[in-house]
Amino acid sequence: MDHSIELMDVYKRFGDTEVLQRMNLAIKDKEFLTLLGPSGCGKTTTLRLIAGFETPTDGKILLHGEDVSRVPAHKRSVNTVFQKYALFTHMNVFENIAFGLRIKKRPENEIKERVHEMLRLVNLKGFENRRTDSLSGGQQQRIAIARALVNEPDVLLLDEPLGALDLKLRQGMQRELKRIQESVGITFVYVTHEQEEALTMSDTVVVMNEGRIQQIGTPIDIYNEPENAFVADFIGESNIIDGVMPDDFRVVFSGREFICVDKGFAKNEAVDVVVRPEDIEISAPEHGMLKGRVSSVVFKGVHYEMMVDTGDFTYMIHSIVERKEGDTVGLSIIPEYIHIMRKTHVS
Amino acid sequence: MNKWLKRLFVFCVLAFLYAPILVLIVYSFNASRLRGSWDGFTLGWYQALFRDREVLRALYHTVLVAVLATVISTVVGTLASFGIHSLGRRGKSVILNLNYLPVLNPDIVTAVSLMLLFGFMGLNFGFGTLLMGHISFTVPYVVLSVLPKLGQMDPNLYEAALDLGAEPGTALRKVVLPEISPGIVTGALLAFTLSIDDFVISFFTTGHGVANLSTMIFSMARRGINPVINALSTLIFIVMIALLLVINRKTKEEV
Amino acid sequence: MYPKRTAYPYYLYLAIFIIVPLLLVLYFAFTTSGGQLSLTNFDRFLTSQYLGILWSSIRIALLSTVLCLLIGYPIAWIIANSPLRAKSTLLLLMVIPMWMNFLLRTYAWMTILSRNGLLNQLLGFLGLGQTDIMFTETAVLLGMVYNFLPFMVLPIYSVLEKMDKSVLEAARDLGADSKTVFRKVIFPLSLPGVISGIMMVFIPAISTFEISLLLGGNKVNLIGNVIEQQFKVTGDWHFGSAMSTILMAMMILAMLVTGRVEGSREGGGLF
Repeated sequence: MDHSIELMDVYKRFGDTEVLQRMNLAIKDKEFLTLLGPSGCGKTTTLRLIAGFETPTDGKILLHGEDVSRVPAHKRSVNTVFQKYALFTHMNVFENIAFGLRIKKRPENEIKERVHEMLRLVNLKGFENRRTDSLSGGQQQRIAIARALVNEPDVLLLDEPLGALDLKLRQGMQRELKRIQESVGITFVYVTHEQEEALTMSDTVVVMNEGRIQQIGTPIDIYNEPENAFVADFIGESNIIDGVMPDDFRVVFSGREFICVDKGFAKNEAVDVVVRPEDIEISAPEHGMLKGRVSSVVFKGVHYEMMVDTGDFTYMIHSIVERKEGDTVGLSIIPEYIHIMRKTHVS
Repeated sequence: MNKWLKRLFVFCVLAFLYAPILVLIVYSFNASRLRGSWDGFTLGWYQALFRDREVLRALYHTVLVAVLATVISTVVGTLASFGIHSLGRRGKSVILNLNYLPVLNPDIVTAVSLMLLFGFMGLNFGFGTLLMGHISFTVPYVVLSVLPKLGQMDPNLYEAALDLGAEPGTALRKVVLPEISPGIVTGALLAFTLSIDDFVISFFTTGHGVANLSTMIFSMARRGINPVINALSTLIFIVMIALLLVINRKTKEEV
Repeated sequence: MYPKRTAYPYYLYLAIFIIVPLLLVLYFAFTTSGGQLSLTNFDRFLTSQYLGILWSSIRIALLSTVLCLLIGYPIAWIIANSPLRAKSTLLLLMVIPMWMNFLLRTYAWMTILSRNGLLNQLLGFLGLGQTDIMFTETAVLLGMVYNFLPFMVLPIYSVLEKMDKSVLEAARDLGADSKTVFRKVIFPLSLPGVISGIMMVFIPAISTFEISLLLGGNKVNLIGNVIEQQFKVTGDWHFGSAMSTILMAMMILAMLVTGRVEGSREGGGLF
């Protein structure tokens, strides 16, 4: 398996602030990988280190096996799409896209051909002579992508490129990006804080927090099998309850024992129990494993979001079953939907 | 407040501002040398002006120094802005405070300090020292015009150029400079205007008979009223108005 | 992010043309002609003759600043509240005199104020007798106000123009009448512009020598004149530097008082 990018023990500090802690990451060729995490987690810094806008304080960055840690940005065969597009306002669309080719001193007819090809790829044929300030946000973003891709980089880096677009446009562009990536066939490294976006587009998701990788996996793995409380909490909604495992396949929380599908923990080990809101069933109080009072109900369109207070924990439930504030309800969880995680120290 | 009171007030202030200029213009056509009497309309003073070697030489020096100082200070100041922009907060603060000194210091203190410098270096006072003096006080204004524009510019633009393969110098030239060009133009215009108009610094840094318009006018005025100065004032005034009209029309066209 | 070496020529310039000269001024100020460290230059300044000159300079500068403020603020106010077309015309009219060489503008007053000048002609015409303003402090004061008035108007206008009108509406909405709105909202908010204006008038006013020389002759001697004489006539660079140092100290004091030290300003721009 060819790795287009490798980060080996990469550590980055700005003055007194540690931004990245000992990161190790191998990105496969032709894959769509997303760095996902909250603001300040280090995902953009990681991207900038790959691009060459920052140098690692310690550690190495390899592109196709070659150490490029000290190679300046303009010499690396990667290209970047910036969050605010960074189009050159004093040039028209054609000149923007042709910029990289002109630097390489490609012949004029080749430049013309490749620029046209790019515009076709991003569905903006005929926009050559337009001024950049006459374009909409979505159009500008596509020009930025074209400008980067026309140089045939090995890797395309995208720094929250859809952040400034409204929801419908975002979702459309997400599909576009996926299509382009599959069409061009190169590695895409994508940075975002929107977990839905990450889950939609990626082959691999890298969840980051406070300069550390929390989990690497496919979208389904990340969602269904979060490895720690942070990932469980960050991805989708989660109820995280303190529990104890007296034995394999058994866990005690909220005052009773449940059957679960996890094993391998020490006897009576304290654990984090994770249950997704949509995995909890609402029933009549006498038929439920747990009993509680509905403290709030919010209609969310797709479902009702209810907070149910069982005394020692307030559960968040997503259900199409309607209940009213003040009702007493029963809650049930089947073993497959109970996820056990080692307690991690929350730093 | 009473509308007519306001209008009267504005009129008085404008009259106050323009009366002296109008007086100069009128008297430039007065055949009599004495300000007391009007001896008839004449263009004689204008003729004297154009024949006056001293005046023409001073004009030449003024424009030459202004052009040279503007070019040099614009280049130095613009290049400086890139470096200053990339400094950490403390370094930037120190440099900017130093940069501000000629702007904030009373003219005479700056002039005197330069005179000491040139004396200390054992230089002959003349065109060279005059030019250096002008460069001295114009560079800070270029920095003050360019640096904010650089700060307002999206930093990603420079990085995008690098990302696309341009060397830092090429990126600066092809992408950053065009983006900040309004600031550069403003800085250059500011430098030019200040240089053309300067008196105090020129007074202390020139020598050997090298005069610019301001120092020449000063020595003439010291000796008393000279109608040739009236003619000169009128001409300068007309040139200025013409320039302003041209600029006004140009900006109207752009809009 | 930009290559730092682009600023090297500038740093060289800073060192040679700004730092060294100032150090020289301080050096000369604190040494005697023999080269020894001493405060005699400053001692000499503290005699009544020079203190009187210092006091005159401060007095005239303060007076001209106050006059510029009293005339300038209303003008700035009127322009800021004018309709768009009038506004740009008025601004232009205010700015044009600034572009005229200020020596010429000062010289123009010589023509008007001299014994046979326009003012006396006018007064004689009206039968009001003659005045002898030329070569007095009044003439110098007049020259200062004339030269510096636009420098007071522009910063104040700039601040008034940019003022958020919705703040004024909020004040009115809460029941304040026009006078109160001005006193409690507009004037305080315009203070930065006022301070800019004051600095742009006071500092040149207190250090001028051309205006006092042309309009005051030998009768009006200000600090600027004394400094000029030391450097151009008597060649006593030490004494001249000491007085320059005092001028600088006064300027720094004025800036600290008005809180205009650079560190508080972002971006490093003008105004």
